[in-house]
Amino acid sequence: MSARTYKVRDFHRLSTPWNVIFNLFAGIFAFLCVFPFLFVVIISFTDENALARDGYKLIPAGWSLEAYRYVFQTGDTLLRSYGVTIFVTVVGTIVSLLFISFYAYAISRKSFKYRNFFAFFAFFTMLFNGGLVPTYIIVTQMLSLKDSVWALILPLAVNAFYIMILRTFYSTSVPDAIIESGKIDGAGEFRIFLKLVLPLSLPGLATIGLFSTLGYWNDWFNALLYIDNPNLVPLQSMLMRIETSMQFILQNSQNSSLSLEALRSLPQDTSRMAMVVLATGPIIFAYPFFQRYFIQGLTVGAVKE
Amino acid sequence: MKMVGGFFRDIIKNKVLLLMVLPGALWFLFFSYMPMFGTIIAFKQYRFSRDGFWASIVNSKWVGLDNFKFLFSTNDAYIITRNTLLYNVAFIIIGLILSVLMAVVLSEIANKRLAKVYQTGMFLPYFLSWVIVGYFAFSFLSSERGLLNQVFKSLGWESMQWYNDPKVWPYILILVYLWKAVGYNSVVYLAAIMGIDKSLYEAAMIDGASKFQQIRNITIPLLTPIITIMTLLAVGKIFYADFGLFYQVPRDSGTLYSVTNVIDTYVYRGLKTTGEIGMSTAAGLYQSVVGFVLVMTSNYIVRKFDKDSALF
Repeated sequence: MSARTYKVRDFHRLSTPWNVIFNLFAGIFAFLCVFPFLFVVIISFTDENALARDGYKLIPAGWSLEAYRYVFQTGDTLLRSYGVTIFVTVVGTIVSLLFISFYAYAISRKSFKYRNFFAFFAFFTMLFNGGLVPTYIIVTQMLSLKDSVWALILPLAVNAFYIMILRTFYSTSVPDAIIESGKIDGAGEFRIFLKLVLPLSLPGLATIGLFSTLGYWNDWFNALLYIDNPNLVPLQSMLMRIETSMQFILQNSQNSSLSLEALRSLPQDTSRMAMVVLATGPIIFAYPFFQRYFIQGLTVGAVKE
Repeated sequence: MKMVGGFFRDIIKNKVLLLMVLPGALWFLFFSYMPMFGTIIAFKQYRFSRDGFWASIVNSKWVGLDNFKFLFSTNDAYIITRNTLLYNVAFIIIGLILSVLMAVVLSEIANKRLAKVYQTGMFLPYFLSWVIVGYFAFSFLSSERGLLNQVFKSLGWESMQWYNDPKVWPYILILVYLWKAVGYNSVVYLAAIMGIDKSLYEAAMIDGASKFQQIRNITIPLLTPIITIMTLLAVGKIFYADFGLFYQVPRDSGTLYSVTNVIDTYVYRGLKTTGEIGMSTAAGLYQSVVGFVLVMTSNYIVRKFDKDSALF
C-alpha cells in the first residue's frame, strides 16, 4: 500500500506541510501585531493633501516629510513632554528600585525579626485596595501632590508583586553562606547588602528595573488624574490631550471662524501620527534587546519561596 | 518594663533592616492603607473641606448605605457589572485557547530562529501604551479616513460610523485585547513547554507516536496544571477591568457607554466628570470587596490543585 512511497519519518519534526502551516499561523499573527505600527509610520510620511483626499492609505499618492518638519519646528510641546517623560522615567526607576530592593531584601532575611509582619504588610495590598477615589483624595488632599511631578513618580514607585518576585530572587540566588561569611568578616547589614548581595542579584534587579522603566514611560493615567499644568504633561498624556482638544473643537466647530483658527493651530493628522512614531520609537528599538529580561520576569513570577 | 526593654532591644538589633523597610512601608501606608481607610467615604456624603483630608472626612455627614442603595437602584450598576464580567470571561477563554495554541505552534516550528522572530513580533503590543493603541485603532476605524471604511468602499459596502455604533464594540474590544495579550501570555506557556522532559518525547517516538499524538498526549496534559493556575488567577481578577482598553480605544465616546462602561471607567467618571464622589467610592468598594472574595476563593482552589502555585 504505502510501501512504495515509504519515507523515513522523523518523529522529532513536523511533516513539511504542517511546518508550513504552523509557520504561516505564527507568522501572520506576528505580522498583524506589528502592522498597525507600520501603518502609522506610513501615515506620518503621507502628504497632507493626499491624505485629506484619499484618507489613510497603505500606499499613499504622495509622500512628505512635512509632518516631521512641523513637529520639530513647533517642537516645544513635544520636547517639553519628552523631557518630563525622561525625567519621570529615570528618577522613577531609581526611586522604585531603591524602595523595592531594600524592602525585598529585608523581608528575605531570616534573621529579621519583623519579616513576617512586613511581608504581610506588602502582600495584603495585592488582595485588597481602597479603590481610585480614596487614593485620589489622599494624593491630592493629604499629600498635596496635585500638579507636582511627584504625582507622576510616587504612585508607581512600589508594587507588592515586584517585591515578592525580588524576595524570591534573593532567597534562591543569594546563598545564606555568603551572608554569614560577610558577618564573620565583621561587615554590617548594609555593607553586606551593598557589597555581597547586590552584585549577585543584578539580573533580578535588571528585570524589575525594566518593568518599572516601561511602566513610567507608558504611564498616562496618573497624568490624567493629577496633572493640569501644561508644563508637566508627559508624552503619552500629551498625545491624549491633543486628541481630546481636537474632538472638542470639531464638535463645536459649526458656529465660528474662531474654532477654525484653533483647529489650524493644532497639529494635523500626519503630524499627530509623527508624534506617535516619535513617542513609540525608543521602545520599538529597545525592546528586542531587553526581551529576555521581561520573559525572565514573567516566568520567575510564577515561582515562590 | 522588661517587655518594653526587650522591644527596644529588638528594634536596635534590627535597626538596619528596619530602616531598609521604612521607605516601602511608608509608601504602603500612604498609597494603600490610607486609601483603604478612606473607603469610609462610601458611607458618607462627601464634602470637600479646605482644611485638608481629615477635616473633609470629619465634616462629611454619615449617610449609612445610601450611596450603595442609590448605586444599585440605577441601571448603571447592572451594566458595569455585566460588562466587566462578560468581557473578562471572553478574554480568559479565548485568550487561553489562543495563547496555548500559539505556544505549541511556536515550540514545534522547525526553524528556531524564525520562531524567535515571530515571538519578538508578537511581543511588541505588550510594550505599547493604551494611548498609542488608541491611535492605532483610530487609523483603522476613523469614519472618514480609516482603513476599514476604505476597504468597505472599495467592496461597494456602506461605510460605518465605528465610534457611534455600539453593536460592533464587543468584537473590537475582544480583538484589541487579544492583539495586545496573546503574544505576552504565550510566553508563560512556551516556557512551560520548554521545561518538559525531552525523554518523554523520545519514548513516545520509539512507540511510533506522531507529532500530533505527542502534542495531544504529552504537551497538553503536562500544561494542564499551569493552565489551571493561570485561569484561576485570572478568575480572581475578573471584577477588575483594564481601564486603558475601555477608555482609550473607544475614545471615551458617550454613545458607546452601554457596551464599553466597566466598573473602573464608571468609578473614574464618577470622580472626574460627574463628581459623584460618594457613589463612585461605593462602586469602588463594591469592586474591592467582591474582588477580595474572588481572589481568596480562587487561591483556595489553586491550593487544592497545587500548593506551590498558589498566591499564598
